[in-house]
This record gives sequence, structure tokens and C-alpha cells, in this order.
Amino acid sequence: MICQECGKRPATLHFTKIVNGEKTEFHFCESCAREKGELIPGTSNGFSIHSLLSGLLDLDPSGKGQNAGAKPAQTLRCEECGMTYSQFSKLGRFGCSSCYKYFSDRLDPLFKRVHGNTSHVGKVPKRTGGVIQLKRKIEELKKELQFRIVQEEFETAAEIRDRIRELERNIAQG
Amino acid sequence: MSNHRFTDTALSEWMRGNGQDSDIVISTRVRVARNLQQLPFPLLATNQQSSEVLERLISVIKDRERLNDFGELHVIKLSDIDDLDKRVLVEKHLISPNLANESRNGAVILTEDESVSIMINEEDHLRIQCLYPGFQVREAWERATALDDIFEAHVDYAFDDKRGFLTSCPTNVGTGLRASVMMHLPALVMTQQINRILSAVSQVGLTVRGIYGEGSEAVGNLFQISNQITLGQTEAEIIENLHSVALQIIEHEKNARQRLINESKLRITDRVMRSYGILSYAAVMDSKEAAQRLSDVRLGVDLGLLEGPASSVMNELNVKTQPGFLQKTFGESMNPSERDMYRAKLIRETLAAKP
Repeated sequence: MICQECGKRPATLHFTKIVNGEKTEFHFCESCAREKGELIPGTSNGFSIHSLLSGLLDLDPSGKGQNAGAKPAQTLRCEECGMTYSQFSKLGRFGCSSCYKYFSDRLDPLFKRVHGNTSHVGKVPKRTGGVIQLKRKIEELKKELQFRIVQEEFETAAEIRDRIRELERNIAQG
Repeated sequence: MSNHRFTDTALSEWMRGNGQDSDIVISTRVRVARNLQQLPFPLLATNQQSSEVLERLISVIKDRERLNDFGELHVIKLSDIDDLDKRVLVEKHLISPNLANESRNGAVILTEDESVSIMINEEDHLRIQCLYPGFQVREAWERATALDDIFEAHVDYAFDDKRGFLTSCPTNVGTGLRASVMMHLPALVMTQQINRILSAVSQVGLTVRGIYGEGSEAVGNLFQISNQITLGQTEAEIIENLHSVALQIIEHEKNARQRLINESKLRITDRVMRSYGILSYAAVMDSKEAAQRLSDVRLGVDLGLLEGPASSVMNELNVKTQPGFLQKTFGESMNPSERDMYRAKLIRETLAAKP
């Protein structure tokens, strides 16, 4: 069989793609397959997570793009690196860390689908993340405060309240 | 430089075959993805920007005081080695195919025992990877997070209050953590329980891949199980989840092995011995058959049916019989049928040398 792309070299890679029951067969020679970024076992191109993701990214979370205030996907663009949302949805990868900011309106549904969550709760950089750590600590303490009040342990509650105030003062002072 | 060692010998720390439950868990890997602030991700970085990334990250390893525990560190720039050596490093799992084939100003920092591999300018600026033998998820994480702290002390990471560590691919954002165990599960495959188990695994936020990562096929009954979710869980939760699920799979595999011994010892012995015989005498061996037969022999040794080679030898053989390594061992270039011949030869000689 001859490669369906270049029509010259023999096709050595054959695969079948099934999307929603619709079957498509591909026959490529190695170099055309590589060029197309289609399945080469053991390399990271192929039907990678990125191509899978781009299916998800194409989704318009607002339904028809009518969401008041939100820019339509076509014109959404990262001012820092210049990547557009539609490029991002094709590549499945961000261009720079600012993309997260410029595309932020659209990321919650994406992260929800991929991770089931939208916010980070893990490690925080030690050197630059001090404030975040304090904020998290305050959140924790506030929960505990509620609990103590319900338990009617008012003395402990007062201590916790003071600690929260102190932490909040620390944040305010930078 | 003594960097040739990394591409001339197959044996890495992770192949030593020791470590907890090493009859089932071959190795453990933990990877942390990080990026530097204010520089575009490698996907869009200019040559100048990616070389700045390289320079800044490499300068961190001059912090000998804090890196004391890690021993001597070797830097290999991808532009300094040829394609064959790149392939060999991929086959040893020390670098990713992506770093080998696509990176600009890519480099890897390796410890002497190859248990730590730090990739620069892969999909993200920095990928810290710890590769341990056996089942050591917690230990590997401890090591990776310690290294992460050292880098963080010197460079500003791209980090966001809400999203966590920012990565090029949305599937890594948050913790940037991917932890995985490579498991040898022949009894679950033979008793046809594997699909049930693997689909259960995918329901608890874990995913299964072949041994060469994304898109690779599971060969030789080796499965790589890793966390899928990186955002909205703490690192400890991710590590413990993988740890406890892997423990359960180990239990299932052990039970399945016991059942094989109890119910069909003769059949399984025959299978193991046949594979051992074929590996010991065959003149031509393709990679798929080699992986399957090596899996049989490994199982036979684990079950005490066969006095075969130690698991470190088996681990090494799995790597040495890969195309890149064969070329490295027997000569610069060979076609697929020559490769199958040399593969058979290498296996024959290795098995003959280790009674």
C-alpha cells in the first residue's frame, strides 16, 4: 500500500480513528506521519493528550458565545505572547504564563473537565508565596473558629479570632 | 567529560531490582513541572529566551551547599550529543522523546546514579524527575520536592494564587506533579482481570500508559500507572492516592499469581520454560516477542519456577534490547531484521552468562 499523503513511499503506519462511532482509516509512510504529527509509538506527538484536549477546548462555555462581557473565542488573545485562544485550542498548550490571565474566563470549564477542580490547593513557593500561605492559614482558622463557636468553646474561639487578626495584620503590612 | 557513561551502559539505579515489592513494581517515578516567570514557555520561546532559561537553571546547580546530598551532577546539552545517544537516553527513561526530538536549547542534568534527571526546555522550562527502583512513591516525592525547593530558592517560578504552578499544558497545571509506578502484571493479564482493574483505576483519577509514556502501548505486561489530576488536590493526596491504589493492584496481582500456581502450575511452568528456552536459543527475536518472553521468564523467577537471572538483569535486558541500545552495542546502523538478529544474540549471551 502506498502512503495516502505523498503517494510515493510505501505506507508503513496504519491506524483507525473512531470518533462517535465514525471510523476513519489512515495509511501513511513514516515521514509523512511524522510531519502530520500522527501516531508514532513512543514519541510524544501522535494522538497525544494535546490533540485530545483541543476537542475540549473548542467548546464554547457560554453556549453560543453570547455571554455578555466575554469576548468571543476568535478574538481572545494573550497580550504578552500573542497567542490567540483559537491557537491555544488547536495546540492544547499555553504560550506563556500570562495566557492563563488573558484566557481566564474560559479556563474554569476546561479545568473542571480535565481535573474536576479549578483551584490549586497544593504546594506554594516558599520565597514568593508567603501571602498565599497566610491566606490559606486564615481560611483554615476561620473554619475552626466556626466549629469552636458551635461547640460553645468560646475561650478557644477567642484565641483563634486573635490569631486570625494577627495574620491579617501581617498580610496588610506586606 | 565522563558523560559517555550515561549512554554506554544500560544499568541505572532504577533498574537495580531492589526496593519494596520489586517483584511487581519495577520502578517509581515522580516528575514536577515548573516554569520561570516572565519568559514564554518553550513552545514560543525564541532561541535567545530558551538559552536564557538554560543558563539560569544550570547556574542553580552551582549551589553546592544545598545540593550536597545529590552528589556529582552532570549536565548534558542535547545539542552536544548525536541522535543515537539521545535515543539511548530515552530508552533508559532519563529524558523524554519530546526533549530528544523537539527541544531547543534542551539539556538534562543527571546525578551520578541516574536516579535524578532534570530536564530543561522540555515542554516546560524545568522538569524535575526522580526515578527509583521498586515501590517508593513517597521517597521519590520527598526527593523531587527537595530539589524543587532548591531551584525555587534561586529562580522565580510562574505561579498563580488560584491556578498554582503554571505549565504549558493544561493537564499539568496546579501541582505540576506526575507520579507513576511501572508495574509488571502478568498474572492479572493471564487471568483476564486486567481490563477490569485498569478501568477501575481510571475512575479514581489515575491513568494507565505503556512504559514509554503517552501514546505508547503496554508491552511485556508492563503498565505505567500515574495520576491524571494535578489541580485541586494536594501533593500529599496525589501521592497517597497513587500509593494506596498501587498497593491494591499489588495485592490483586499477588492473589492472581497464587491462583495460577494453585490451579495451573504445570501450564504456567510450561509457558515459563518455553519462553526461557526460546530466549536462550532463538536466532531472531523481534521486540514484541522479546518483551513478552522476558515477562514470562521474570514471572517464572518471581514464582520460584525457574532459577533464572536476577530482576536487575531482566530490567537491563528490557532496555538493552531497544533499537537504540542495540545499535549502540553492535554498531552504528542496522536495519530491522539485523536488529532482530542482534537482539536475539544479546539475550542469548546474557542468559548464558547468568545461570
